[in-house]
Amino acid sequence: MTTQPPMTSPTAFEAIGLTRSYDLEGVSVDALRGVDLRIEQGEFVALLGPSGSGKSTLMHLLGCLDRPTSGILRVGGVDVATLDDTRLAELRNQTIGFVFQSFHLLARTPALDNVALPLVYRGVTRSERRARAEAALKAVGLGHRMGHRPSQMSGGEQQRVAIARALVGDPQVVLADEPTGNLDTRNGEEVMNLLERLNADSGVAVVLVTHEPDVAARARRQIHVRDGLIELDSRSRTAPAGETTEGGAG
Amino acid sequence: MRTAEALRMALEALRVNRLRSTLTMLGVIIGVLAVVILVAIGTGAKNAVEKEIAGLGSNIILVVPGQVGLGAAPTQSRLDLTDVAYVRRVVGDPSKVTVAVNSGESVRVGRNEVFATLTGTDENMQNIFDRPLRRGRYMTATDVDTRRRVTVLGSEVAGKLFGDVDPIGRQATIAGVRFRVIGVYESVGSTFGVARDQEVHVPVTTAQRLIGLPRINGIAVGASGPDEIESLQHKVVAALDARYPDEKFSAVTQTQLLGTIGTVLSMLTGVLAAIAGISLLVGGVGVSNIMLVSVRERTKEIGLRKALGARQRDVLWQFLIEAVLLTTIGGLIGILLGVGGALLIQALSPVPAAITWWSIALAFGVSVGVGVFFGVAPARRAGRLDPVVALRSE
Ligand SMILES: Nc1ncnc2c1ncn2[C@@H]1O[C@H](COP(=O)(O)OP(=O)(O)OP(=O)(O)O)[C@@H](O)[C@H]1O
Ligand SMILES: [Mg+2]
Repeated sequence: MTTQPPMTSPTAFEAIGLTRSYDLEGVSVDALRGVDLRIEQGEFVALLGPSGSGKSTLMHLLGCLDRPTSGILRVGGVDVATLDDTRLAELRNQTIGFVFQSFHLLARTPALDNVALPLVYRGVTRSERRARAEAALKAVGLGHRMGHRPSQMSGGEQQRVAIARALVGDPQVVLADEPTGNLDTRNGEEVMNLLERLNADSGVAVVLVTHEPDVAARARRQIHVRDGLIELDSRSRTAPAGETTEGGAG
Repeated sequence: MRTAEALRMALEALRVNRLRSTLTMLGVIIGVLAVVILVAIGTGAKNAVEKEIAGLGSNIILVVPGQVGLGAAPTQSRLDLTDVAYVRRVVGDPSKVTVAVNSGESVRVGRNEVFATLTGTDENMQNIFDRPLRRGRYMTATDVDTRRRVTVLGSEVAGKLFGDVDPIGRQATIAGVRFRVIGVYESVGSTFGVARDQEVHVPVTTAQRLIGLPRINGIAVGASGPDEIESLQHKVVAALDARYPDEKFSAVTQTQLLGTIGTVLSMLTGVLAAIAGISLLVGGVGVSNIMLVSVRERTKEIGLRKALGARQRDVLWQFLIEAVLLTTIGGLIGILLGVGGALLIQALSPVPAAITWWSIALAFGVSVGVGVFFGVAPARRAGRLDPVVALRSE
């Protein structure tokens, strides 16, 4: 059984010579110094590396929140350099789901509305938004918490709401920057289970950043980042670029 | 994103920060309230004055010596009764010309004494001015020609001197001279602060003897219709100028008085409204300030919304609508309070207040405008925030 969603390109991300420099009072800080990377549809990738190595910077670029200083980045086959800010926002809205370390939920807004938020910017009607947000919340096991505000929920529950929000728009990729960083082992485990199931059931590519070896071990591919460069990529070592043998297998 | 959606978000944001929203609105509320009330009072005053002038009678031309204008010094009159006869000849219809000589005198009946305006006039007065009688009769040509000591009393004078007693046929002492009361006027209120109900009318000839001067203060000419006013006015002034080449005469009409006073009062209303408008502007600055604070406070939220796919214009729209909603709700509350306040002033004080639709429409329009004007800068700032930087902010 294959669960590959229909796509124009099977490649979720393609980066060639990607760099990102920050200008700090005249001094240039190179957060990324030439990253070459391909992530296919349906992959499950963990980004590892020491603090300050450029993992978050790379995630922001992949998520179209930021633009590279130089190099080419294609998201779903589209070169982001050809898109203006509005189209970039639309691409973000339609193809990418974010999960953040600190959840980033609207504190005073009920879970259901938090989850439905990405659909607001897609012009989906209120009733349809509700229905889809409900389904997403049920999928993360929070069908009984829909009216709760984030301040009334545990950290693990909040992160599950955030995952529901990432899924609600049927993205092609979920980008999670240290999704278990603020959670205890048990809640972290549960979040990882959700992400794994999401990847396996719907073929959504998952790229996550983590410092925890056992979290990274659950990904099928590990990429080590150091000093703004890819130091080690488990796929290029074990399986050459192309088919991921177990990808999409039920 | 749809506008309805942005509206819902903005309302939600205002609801969440209830106290702050209310305080911010207060500036707009006070500004709009001030505009509505002050315009209502200004308009009310104008209406009242116009009603007074209209109450004089219609198509009246007042001829006085000297230059008439705001701030012009009053001129010593050189006119006497021969000039009245001259004007009668010029006008053609003697019954359409009357005369006035004024003096402040005390009037006494028994132990009751009042200070009243003695006005010497003639039998043509009632043809020109709108001065209905309550009782008795007007003075006649014979009264004037034979210098009879008869008087027609203003309603207030009659009331104070005679109380419930019918004054007709009774005696009243004016400036030490005994007069017989022949009539009492209906109450007509005041014009330009001249309390017409406090006047006592006597034949002009009798008044001149009482005052001891053969002068008159002014001549009033009644035109037969609005079309005739201007030509008649010029004709009378030209004739008097010809008779007295070294003096100036002026003739003013109700329309001109209405025009002049209307202009002055409108200007006054405008100045008041402008002053009130400044407070509205200050309210707008408050809105701008709060919106900037709000954008800063909610930087993270903005970053998140952008990460989830909000476009620059979605965020801009959200914050702009929030600002406009603040000022519009404030404006509506201000209008309600302003209308209520004006009605209250009208009911509880002698100050007249007239609520005009244009002032309400203007206040509302300006509130919305203030929101747009002062909301744009913060909203643009919000829309342009870099999502990565915004998400990182604490
Ligand atoms: N907005 C910025 N301005 C200047 N320098 C920045 C900015 N963002 C990141 N950097 C720099 O870029 C480098 C990479 O940062 P990044 O956040 O990508 O690291 P990271 O791998 O995610 O680290 P961590 O594991 O601590 O989250 C760091 O040296 C950081 O100081
Ligand atoms: Mg990081």
